Parts: sequence; structure tokens; C-alpha cells
Amino acid sequence: MHNLEKKPRIAVHKFSSCDGCQLAFLNLGGDLLELTRRVEIMHFLEAGLDAPEAEVDIAFVEGSLSTQDEIERIRKVRESSRYLITIGACATAGGLQALRNLDNQHEQWRDAIYAKPEFIKTLNHARPIADEVRVDFELWGCPINSRQLLAAINSLLFGVPPIDDRDKVCLECKRQQRVCVMVTEDKPCLGPVTRTGCGALCPSFGRDCYGCYGPADNPNTASLSKRFAGLGLLPQAIARRFLLINSAAPAFHDAGLIARSGVSGDDSDD
Amino acid sequence: METPGFLPMARLQTLIDTLIDDGFRCVAPQVRDGAILYDTLDKVKQLPKGVTQEQSNGRYRLHQTDSTRNFAWANGPQAIKPLTFAPREELWYSEVKSDGSLKFYQAPTETEPVAILGVRACDLAALALQDQHFQHSFPDPYYDARRKRLLLIAVHCTHPAETCFCASTGDGPEARSGYDLSLYETDLGYFVTAGSLAGEMLLHRLPLEAGDAALFAAARGETGAAADAQQRQLPEGDLQAMLFGNLNHPQWQAVAERCLSCGNCTQVCPTCFCHSENSVPSISGQSTAHERQWDSCFSPGHSYIHGITLRKDTASRYRQWLTHKFGSWHEQYGRSGCVGCGRCISWCPVGIDPTEELAVICKDSAGDSA
Ligand code: SF4
Ligand code: SF4
Ligand code: SF4
Ligand code: SF4
Repeated sequence: MHNLEKKPRIAVHKFSSCDGCQLAFLNLGGDLLELTRRVEIMHFLEAGLDAPEAEVDIAFVEGSLSTQDEIERIRKVRESSRYLITIGACATAGGLQALRNLDNQHEQWRDAIYAKPEFIKTLNHARPIADEVRVDFELWGCPINSRQLLAAINSLLFGVPPIDDRDKVCLECKRQQRVCVMVTEDKPCLGPVTRTGCGALCPSFGRDCYGCYGPADNPNTASLSKRFAGLGLLPQAIARRFLLINSAAPAFHDAGLIARSGVSGDDSDD
Repeated sequence: METPGFLPMARLQTLIDTLIDDGFRCVAPQVRDGAILYDTLDKVKQLPKGVTQEQSNGRYRLHQTDSTRNFAWANGPQAIKPLTFAPREELWYSEVKSDGSLKFYQAPTETEPVAILGVRACDLAALALQDQHFQHSFPDPYYDARRKRLLLIAVHCTHPAETCFCASTGDGPEARSGYDLSLYETDLGYFVTAGSLAGEMLLHRLPLEAGDAALFAAARGETGAAADAQQRQLPEGDLQAMLFGNLNHPQWQAVAERCLSCGNCTQVCPTCFCHSENSVPSISGQSTAHERQWDSCFSPGHSYIHGITLRKDTASRYRQWLTHKFGSWHEQYGRSGCVGCGRCISWCPVGIDPTEELAVICKDSAGDSA
């Protein structure tokens, strides 16, 4: 702050995504101004700053890799950044777009959806950033929130690694003193296998978590699937719980495929 | 026991009004989001009148009946613990001064007087254990301030849940100590006894009538029947020796197949005291708050030391939960850490019951425990 030259420089890049995670910056409101006293924002299209090639200390990357062009672009971002942090489910695990990885009918879907499919140049699979370049830290969530973002930026500015909180949503749900929707209402909550960070948002509104923060540490998806079956969910419905926002995150991907193959209700693991 | 004074149903509001007049925030059970939760209350009609509950492994449901009683249910997910050991709180904060030095401040403690109406025997026993931990072993100013402001009004339990086993741990259903005032509920009103000087003084200001001895005997009989109705129990014998003699029992792995390692059992347990601490710097980078929050032996951070998480798998985490709660607590606090409230059974999303796990693990060694 004393020496403007030394202000860390940051960039916010967008790949295939809905722009929602970038809102975690804009939602800071007045705090964003405060933040710019400590860092210099070089590139952030949504805020009108356009310098994608700038060398930066921290690059925040939103979105998955869905086109060949994006693969070239992420390599350049990596080269020009000291730390690269993915923000959100798309960048971190492929996001909703990765649903297309599941049925291998990329062309059929493209042709059915777009009026002029010949202009659409997408890869068959949507992939997380870490598939292509080294990622230093991941912020999970669909979308992420400002609290996570600030914690990560603050840690880096203080020169310590950000805290990778892999606890389950349930822990936070209880700290917030929410009433468990699975125990009281038989709702198929993914909280017991999902990473904390949202503040147990869905259970706070009487809803079951649908796993938008991705897999937690040590997720026992087999036991939870069995419990869902006990609540009356059919194998396809159990599969859909796991194969949604973070369908390409390995723990959810595998749980979804196992459920889809119909073996979730018993102990066989063939 | 001599027949205590009687507070007719219609006069229960007087008790609440007296508390409020004395400057207390009155906290009492209420129905919220399908469960009985403790929250601020000023009118009797906010109490869960006629509500009963049904609990089993991983299941909790409320039912409305036309009973006139306000306390015809067993405990919901939380009661006193969040009011003394806060789920998340600031311990201290620091800021950078203009000369570049750091200044540290202790966060203010909560002192607002709180009267809790409707405390159960299991929770009073749990509170006594938390007192040992936070007031004696590791004196904690935040806990101490919250604890000292409490006035506790017990209601002896007459409607245990299927998951309760306080009779087996010796902590209920009748509250024996730890309260200021206690109420025996009947269809017509409450028999009121005092358990402290503050309770005695409060009792004398209530519009009590002479109690009917037969009705009181029946009321006490209900707590006895509540004990007899309980199905679950802890294994007999030296649990600490049996648990530590069975650290390699195959059941640890068997329960880990079902356990989600979600920590719900520890979060609802009224005696669990584990917590983690972390810093929350302000956006300006000029100040930081230091917070503590409930943690659990099921979290990866709980056994994290110098770059490694010692208990990575669920079997070792589940084993930590049971060997501590039912085993090494004896060494630490002279008794088991379980007061038989049954919450960990009802609120486990997959319905794991520690009493069943203990029965399996301790069965094989009941002989070598001596
Ligand atoms: S509502 Fe969901 S997140 Fe909350 S405790 Fe229950 S299972 Fe866990
Ligand atoms: S509760 Fe689950 S689905 Fe809801 S916001 Fe949190 S992580 Fe996402
Ligand atoms: S171990 Fe379970 S039954 Fe015992 S006090 Fe804790 S929550 Fe209650
Ligand atoms: S025993 Fe139940 S509540 Fe406890 S961690 Fe395991 S699944 Fe969660």
C-alpha cells in the first residue's frame, strides 16, 4: 500500500460459464473499492477492465474448458500468472456443462439445440481447468460466494496458503442450528457428502442440499445412496442427485454411475 | 418427598412474567421447522402444547395431540449447549495501529441474563460435564460468562423417545440436581420445587396452591414409568477397558461402511466440546478477528498435525468418537461422556446407534474387562 509498484496484481478470466461466480467480486460492493487499495485489478471484463495478457500475481478463472480456443487461452493465462485459482464448479470440476460428457452424444445435442450448428465449435467433453494446466487453489461452489473469495485473497496477501475447508455441509448446518431435512422430512440431502462453504444455504430454507460445492473430504456416497434408496428414491433418481452440478467430480461421477447401473440398493460392488 | 406447591396450568404465564420482570430473557421450547427448538419466548401459548414426538434411528417427527400439557415430548436436536458453548463466536480481534504496531482486544462476553424453561435431566447432566470442561479443566471466560447468567427451570421428563436411554446412564428422566427450579407436569398444572437459593426466592413469588399428595405421587410415578419404558442401554461393565481392549475389532470397519463421517452425532451431543479456531481478516487487511467454531472428531482438521491428517478414514474417526465419549471420558472427567439423550441416534442421517455398536464391540470382551 505504501508502494504502488508493489501492489499485487489480479485478473479475473472467464471461460465456459454463466458469469455467476464473477458476481462474488461485484457483490462485494463498497468492499471491492477497499480491495482495490490492496490489489490492482488488471483484467476483469465484467467490470470493464480488458487486459487478458497482463502478467498478474493471482489469476481467478471461472468456467470450464469447452472449446479448443479455451485450451489455448488457459495455457496463456497460466504462463502469465503466479497463482491460478479456479472459481466455481465449472472451472473446478467441469460444472453443469460436463453433463454432456455423460452420454457421448455431443453432435446430436448440438445439432438439435442450435439453429446453425455449423458455427458451434465445442469439444465433446467439458473439462475442469486442472485437466489442462496446474491449478494452485480451488474455490468450489455454484456459485462461489464473496466470503470464500475474500478469505482466499486475504490469505495470499498475508503470504499463507488459503485454508482448504473440506468439511461437510452438515457441520455448518448444525452450527447454524438448522433442523435436518433428511431426519425430519425424508428429503434426500447431499449435505453429508458435500463440501462446506455455502453456510448450509439450502437446509436454511428447508431444502435438501444438491451438492453444488462438490464432494467433501471422505465422502461415503455408497452409504448415502443406500439411505436415499431407503427413502424411496429409485436408482435413476439417486443418480440424478449426484450427476448434476458436479457430475464430473470423481466422487459424484462414480456414485452417479453406480446408482444408474442400479446396484445402489445393495452391497454388490461389481 | 413432601408435596410441593402447585402452579395451576392457567397460572404458568405468571412464572414467565416474573422472569421477564426480573430482567431475564426467557428461552423455552417451541415448534420450529418440524422440531422442538429452544428460543426466546414471552407467552405460554408459544409453548408446544399437546405436541408429542416420535423418534427412531435417523428419524424425528412431531405430532399434535389434544393434550393440555406443554412438555409431553422428549428433547429435540439442541437445548442448552448452544447457549453456553456458542456454535461460532469471536474470541479476540486485533488491529494495526497508525504507528504500525498491533493491538489485541478480547471480544466482549455475553452477560444478558437468560432463564431457560423446560430443561431436561439429560441436559442438566450434560451441562455439569461441560462445566467441568470449560470452567474447571480449561477455564474459558466466554463459556463462564454465558453459564453464570443462566437460570435453569427443569421439567422432569415423562415422555422419553424411543431413542432415549438416560435411565441407563443414571441421568434421568427425573432431574436430580443442577436446576434452580423444577416442575413436575400434570394435566392440571405443575408441582414446583426449588434447587437453589435463586430458585427458592423465585418459588416464593409464584401464586402456588397447596399440592394434592396423590396427584404428586402420580406425577412422580410418571417419571418412573418413563424410565421403565426405555429400551436402550449401555453395556454393563468397564466401558473404557472394553473399548481400549478392542481397538482392532472388525466392527469399527463395519460401522465405517455405513457412517457418513458427517459429524451430526457430535454436533447434537450435549457434552461434545471440540472446536476449531480460525482468523477472519477484514477486507482492508488492517484488522482480524479470531473465531472459534464447533468442530468434530469426524472432520479432517480434528486430527491434523504438521501437514498430516492422522485419522483419514471413517473407521478411525468413528473409533475416536466412541473411545472418547464412552471410554477415556472416565479418565478425563470421572464418568462416561454420555447422558443418554439419544440425540446422536435420532439425528444421524443414516441412523447409526452407538448403543448397538458398543454392544457388538464390547460383547467379545465382557470377560476381560475385570
Ligand atoms: S439437512 Fe442436510 S446438511 Fe443439514 S444435517 Fe441434515 S443431511 Fe446434513
Ligand atoms: S446446501 Fe448444497 S446445494 Fe445448497 S448452496 Fe450449499 S452446497 Fe449448494
Ligand atoms: S453420545 Fe449420544 S446419547 Fe450420549 S449424550 Fe451424546 S448425543 Fe446423547
Ligand atoms: S455416526 Fe451418523 S451422525 Fe455420526 S458421523 Fe456417522 S453418519 Fe454422521
